Amino acid sequence: METAFFRMSGVSKSYGGALALERADLAVRRGRIHAILGENGAGKSTLLKVMSGVVQPDAGTMHLDGREVAFASPADANAAGIVCVYQELSLVPDLSVADNIFASNPPTRFGMIDRRAQRRQAAAALARAGAPDIDPLAKVRDLPLSRQQMVELAKGLAREPRILILDEATSALTAADVARVIDVLRRLRDEGLAILFISHRMHEVKALADECTVYRNGRHVTSFAAGTRSDTEVIEMMIGRTYQHAFPAKPARRLPAEPVLACRDLAWNDVLRGISFALKPGEILGLGGLDGQGQRELLLALFGVLRGCAGHIDIDGKAVSIASPAAARGARIGMALIPEDRKTEGLMLPMSVRENLSFAALDRMSAAGVIDRGRQQSCVDRMMELLAIKSAGVDVPVGSLSGGNQQKVVIAKWLIRQPRILLLSDPTRGIDVGTKQEIYQLLRRLADEGAAIVFHSTDYDELIGCCDRVLVLYEGRIKRELVGKEITEQNLIASALDLPVGQVSPSTGVAT
Amino acid sequence: MSDVSARSRPTFVARLTRRIDRPLVIAFACIVALLLVGGMFSRSFTSPEYILLQLKVGAFLGIIATGLMMVILLGHIDLSLPWTITAGAMMACAVAGHGEFGRVAAIPAGIGCGVLIGVVNGVLVAFLRIPSMIATLATNAVAQGIMIVYTGGSSPQDSAPEAMRWLAAGWLMPGVPNAVVLWVVIGGATMFVLSRTTFGRTLYAIGNTERAAYLSGINTRAVTVAAFAVCSAFAAFGGVLLAGYASKAAQSMGDAYLLPAIAAVVLGGTSILGGRGSYLGTVAGAILITLLQSILSVAQMPEAGRQIIYGVVIAAMLLLYGRGKREG
Amino acid sequence: MNGLRYWYTENRGTIAAFGLFVLMFAIYLANYPSAISANVILTAANKAVLLALVAMAQALVVLTAGIDLSVGMMLVLTNCLASWLVAGDALHTALGIIGVLAAGALCGALNGVIIIYGRLQPIVTTIATGAVFYGLALLLRPVPGGAINDDLGDALTGKVAGVVPASLLILLAAVLIVWIPFQRSAIGRAAYAAGSSEPAAFLSGMPIRRAKFASYTAAGLLAALGGLFLTFFTDTGEASLGSANSYTLFSIAAVVIGGVSLLGGKGSAIGAIFGAFAFRSIGDLLFVFNVDALWQPLFQGVILLLAVTIGACGLFRVRNRLEWFE
Repeated sequence: METAFFRMSGVSKSYGGALALERADLAVRRGRIHAILGENGAGKSTLLKVMSGVVQPDAGTMHLDGREVAFASPADANAAGIVCVYQELSLVPDLSVADNIFASNPPTRFGMIDRRAQRRQAAAALARAGAPDIDPLAKVRDLPLSRQQMVELAKGLAREPRILILDEATSALTAADVARVIDVLRRLRDEGLAILFISHRMHEVKALADECTVYRNGRHVTSFAAGTRSDTEVIEMMIGRTYQHAFPAKPARRLPAEPVLACRDLAWNDVLRGISFALKPGEILGLGGLDGQGQRELLLALFGVLRGCAGHIDIDGKAVSIASPAAARGARIGMALIPEDRKTEGLMLPMSVRENLSFAALDRMSAAGVIDRGRQQSCVDRMMELLAIKSAGVDVPVGSLSGGNQQKVVIAKWLIRQPRILLLSDPTRGIDVGTKQEIYQLLRRLADEGAAIVFHSTDYDELIGCCDRVLVLYEGRIKRELVGKEITEQNLIASALDLPVGQVSPSTGVAT
Repeated sequence: MSDVSARSRPTFVARLTRRIDRPLVIAFACIVALLLVGGMFSRSFTSPEYILLQLKVGAFLGIIATGLMMVILLGHIDLSLPWTITAGAMMACAVAGHGEFGRVAAIPAGIGCGVLIGVVNGVLVAFLRIPSMIATLATNAVAQGIMIVYTGGSSPQDSAPEAMRWLAAGWLMPGVPNAVVLWVVIGGATMFVLSRTTFGRTLYAIGNTERAAYLSGINTRAVTVAAFAVCSAFAAFGGVLLAGYASKAAQSMGDAYLLPAIAAVVLGGTSILGGRGSYLGTVAGAILITLLQSILSVAQMPEAGRQIIYGVVIAAMLLLYGRGKREG
Repeated sequence: MNGLRYWYTENRGTIAAFGLFVLMFAIYLANYPSAISANVILTAANKAVLLALVAMAQALVVLTAGIDLSVGMMLVLTNCLASWLVAGDALHTALGIIGVLAAGALCGALNGVIIIYGRLQPIVTTIATGAVFYGLALLLRPVPGGAINDDLGDALTGKVAGVVPASLLILLAAVLIVWIPFQRSAIGRAAYAAGSSEPAAFLSGMPIRRAKFASYTAAGLLAALGGLFLTFFTDTGEASLGSANSYTLFSIAAVVIGGVSLLGGKGSAIGAIFGAFAFRSIGDLLFVFNVDALWQPLFQGVILLLAVTIGACGLFRVRNRLEWFE
């Protein structure tokens, strides 16, 4: 095996007392696709940030071609040939695609940017990234998220990297784009590029990686060639303990006859095109399908965030009109929404854990607008215990908690209201395996206690393991409803791609 | 990391000192320093009479800054203070001239003016999503235009009624000027609202992440309008008091209060971006600015020098503790 | 054709401001009480160019998602400075002009340094520096006075070739020498990027700090050009607080009317110029329709209010309420 041309040794980094990386190592070889695995908080993102110059390590060394190097900024790392394609996009929304691809080092003439040359070169970069249909003059703001991610990839490739880093870069892609990116990456690998990528999607890892490295608690655990360890072994390495069933058992139980939530011909803005379904108390209903088929919008519509919805929503058999989240969470309806992005939609990061936990139920903890501190404290204590939220006290800023615990705070915040209908928009995205399991157990318990749950997930395993029924959405309509034993990976993929069930062979199924 | 919640109730002292942060300490330290420096110019600087006088003058600024703080906590700003102050003063004096009913209705009329301006500001910002800086600049210009037309361009002739004069310059309690009492009452109420009510908690939340507050089921728009209304009401009330102090309203009387009010709030540790700040800081900031202005005038500094020192002091103090995050 | 469509979408605000100005000026000319002569255009141009220069300065800063509340003070300061320096023979006059422009650039650079390296918010920084600049202006001219090179003054506030106001040529020069190179360079693009999304611009390795510094310094330079021109126009130096505040307020109004987004990343200084022209025309229109000058501030305020409200009307098409909180 070829020797590594880039090495990191003993790299440590801490953020305000919390150790993110502890003497971590990494070896990168040319012409190999290297997957970096680990739970959230394991240090993967920090490792790559050190590598790409976004942050500076507290200790440790990096060697490129045998020489020691240090990167003071992303520009330095780029100059050395290390390019990172981010999950949080580095695209400037109000600039064009071409401007973004050549954000640094654009072609110039007489000191000013040569727009024509830039456009030409941008088109070439886009073609190389497998997205020749994107117009270089289009404004990034006007492109859908999946196209933006492809622009991000083109931008990385335009820098002629020696090492390409993909930090969860496929999470926003449609399945078709994922297939294209896999082809592109394989081609680049064959041309000699070294590729590092982080992904939580085991299917992708299996399809792409040549070798894998697992990190846990900021330390390097082990590296191995792809395919030499089973999924269970890998997950055990990531979480550090034996891996039991992921999902709680689904009870065989009779549900009450009356649905608590019923939807008829719900339509909005050409994104939702006539959705009808009914939800009974005690049920966990999954929303599946490819990304961007309207799942997110359906939940927002139910919660009163979207304006101009056509169609009917019935609660307990009576028609209601939900005009805002304030109305949706009210006693008559009793809905709660766990939003997609916990950092910007679910939490106020600088505020304390206590303040965040109590925020959605302040009206129940106060009399005439004055907060009853005793009631607030008891609610907060109860939730911290119920969800086993790990925190250095309730007065620390919630931003200092790990991703999994942050998500628990978001869920706890709503559970104080004891909602009848719980909507979850991809709640386990970017969360470590241990917390995911706790969330699955919690959802099943809530359903047993009579809550009706709508659970949107991009992870097929979750839909199969957690849900009693799954609605697969395609282009804003319900393509198929899968019940009980029908919920299998084959059926989910087939419905998502609008194929008749039974026409997808597992070995060539699209990576998800 | 320790597990689960903090089951023990924090002690009273711990709760009080929990919120004390660096800017507050620095602001109070500067106040003490200024008093000592002033004492070098003249012995009377550290006398109780002088300090009480400063508190009285500072009360006007303090009340105006109190309202502004709520808007700044939201992450917005109110640049319509100058003409809200003036309009409140002028309207109060004008209404007072209308006989018996007028004398009773004068002060509420002035405050009502403020509420009206504040509601307009709030609607522009919360419902039309116009950036608060430009929305309040516009309402300020409109208020100015209306007042200029109303007074015909010259100084208003109405003088302040008895009630206003008493509120501003009278003595309800022996030894404590009324204006100071008003400031203490308003300030105390504000502290309570900010720390113990849902409205106060919501102000901080909106200033942090309005999206999350909205998705938690809070009516963020109504709270924003209310905050702007309160801000302008306090500003108009400040104008009423100022008119009472000077016995009449004057053209452009509010102009001199915008910068000091912003400075008072910001020097007290409230972040201009919103979501952070304690009321005690605003109190300290108001006293600090008042002392600074007073010392500069006693030292017979010409206007030019005063402006320069003013600007330098604000910049210097902000550099001490008002800085943003370093990238990465 | 595609390229044209993108150009149109990108410059919509500027085109709208241009249209508004043309409309207002046409109404003004149509209702002018006596015959329209080149002198009418001259007076209008001189007053408009003054505001346009300050508006350009403000636009440069606003693009980076900042704001400069000290532009009016910089204008007044350079006005007072010019009333001392720009006099005497050709050499002294030239040196004086360079000195004044340099002073303006220095003021802008001070703003930039405090904001970038001190990491203070632009709004409070420029309030503080504005006070300092005004104090300096008062030091220079406690009472109005001074003089300026008369010949040069007449030439620059007069007409070239009997028709074209020299002030418009100065404005054109400012656009060609300062704005166009700025906008088309990598630095200018980084300024737009800083206003659009600073984290993204940083991750992309764009020279954000240099771009912001260039914006603030160039703003100071343009404000100084305005102050210089004001001195030529009024033949005196005056440290008027009311005047300074007005110019600051009007520069923001002009920028908004000109389609530059206060949130940064969108718009053009040329739009701000037309916004300034349009805003100035309000006073002219009131005069032409025999409205008492007393009403002018109210009209200006109402127009400003309408301009910002109209800009917000796009909100009614928003169907996902989460977009309110971007």
